[in-house]
Amino acid sequence: MFEHYLNIFITTVFIENIALSVFLGMCTFIAISKKIEAAMGLGIAVIVVCLITVPLNNLIYNFVLREDALVWAGIEGTDLRFVSLISYIGVIAAVVQILEMFLDKYVPALYNALGVFLPLITVNCAILGASLFMIEKDLMFGESVVYGLGAGFGWAMAIVILAGIREKLKYSDIPEGLKGLGATFIIVGLMSFGFMSFGGISL
Amino acid sequence: MSLKKYKEVIFKPLIEENPITLQILGICSALAVTNNLSVTMVMCIALTTVVSFSNLFISLIRNYIPSSIRIIVQMTIIASLVIVVDELLKAYSYETSKKLSVFVGLIITNCIVMGRAEAFAMKEKPLLSFFDGLGNGLGYSIILIGVATIRELFGSGTLFGYEILPLVSNGGWYMGNNLLLLPPSSFIIIGLFIWAIRAYRPAQVEEDDFTVSKHSTAPDLTKRELNV
Repeated sequence: MFEHYLNIFITTVFIENIALSVFLGMCTFIAISKKIEAAMGLGIAVIVVCLITVPLNNLIYNFVLREDALVWAGIEGTDLRFVSLISYIGVIAAVVQILEMFLDKYVPALYNALGVFLPLITVNCAILGASLFMIEKDLMFGESVVYGLGAGFGWAMAIVILAGIREKLKYSDIPEGLKGLGATFIIVGLMSFGFMSFGGISL
Repeated sequence: MSLKKYKEVIFKPLIEENPITLQILGICSALAVTNNLSVTMVMCIALTTVVSFSNLFISLIRNYIPSSIRIIVQMTIIASLVIVVDELLKAYSYETSKKLSVFVGLIITNCIVMGRAEAFAMKEKPLLSFFDGLGNGLGYSIILIGVATIRELFGSGTLFGYEILPLVSNGGWYMGNNLLLLPPSSFIIIGLFIWAIRAYRPAQVEEDDFTVSKHSTAPDLTKRELNV
């Protein structure tokens, strides 16, 4: 059982890395990777939000949206899957908002460290993407917890690595037009080729 | 409202303020769906429709949205539009919708839609916002179609599935570049696009965060000459 969960975690972090293999959350990935500290803050926020929203969306899918999901409430023959997108994004927006209020009240240090990144996460496609892939893979509740953690962790790891490379490259002599954004794109491309080498591993 | 302003909001985002290469918006889907031109076209049309109409609707009710819950209101409008597009695709073009998998759903969190709603539609009149959405959707499409053309033509020798460069495996002369079929190659192609656009418009080149100071340990030739 433990091995099965470990397997899901490793697969999500390395083989199907949400940033470098599935290319989700790219906008913030590229925009906020100039400094390691900022990347770290955003990474932690993504891990937390992923860990909460993916299992929550799993419950919503299994007990409300899925075909005949409302049998426990005595209603049969329902299929609410067409509203799934709007309910997932609603859950994500609500969780982010609640988390923001909670951290502001009880953990102000972390709240200040995360700052503007927390509201930004609502529009981070890595979070919604993790929920959608969770549905596509048809995971159970326990598995979805591990999947959420793995997805968040993989994304955080990738952005910290990218920020490290960009800090190192800050003083290098790059051609005028390629400076900044252009060079970052090419670095991410090369990192992603690197991560493809995990693709051959089967666990 | 003069015609000139409409022209400006449509044509500016094409090269000068391109959402992908300058504003860093909507990159995710630019990478995953570009190995095949016809799939890319569907994605571009879907996104352009969503961003134009979400701008229009958000702009129509912009004076009634309380600013504290505006993100959720915008999300609801965008998500409803995406659901309509998704259901339409499933009904009329099931194969393509399977190929796009979760990426249609991810238009909701495509930062172009959200970014334009926040930056433009919340302030401007409905019709102008609609055209701003159209312009940004087209700017996104230009880059995507460019990347997809390069990847499909040189990767598998076809365009829209029709053979242009006959492959060696089919008895032709062209050896397909398999590297271009892998998703990461689109990063490198976009990186080169950015280089090309910035070479053409040097105003977009980013400044360094530091300035190079004079080398402090190097001997100061002017002073030495004075001493001698």
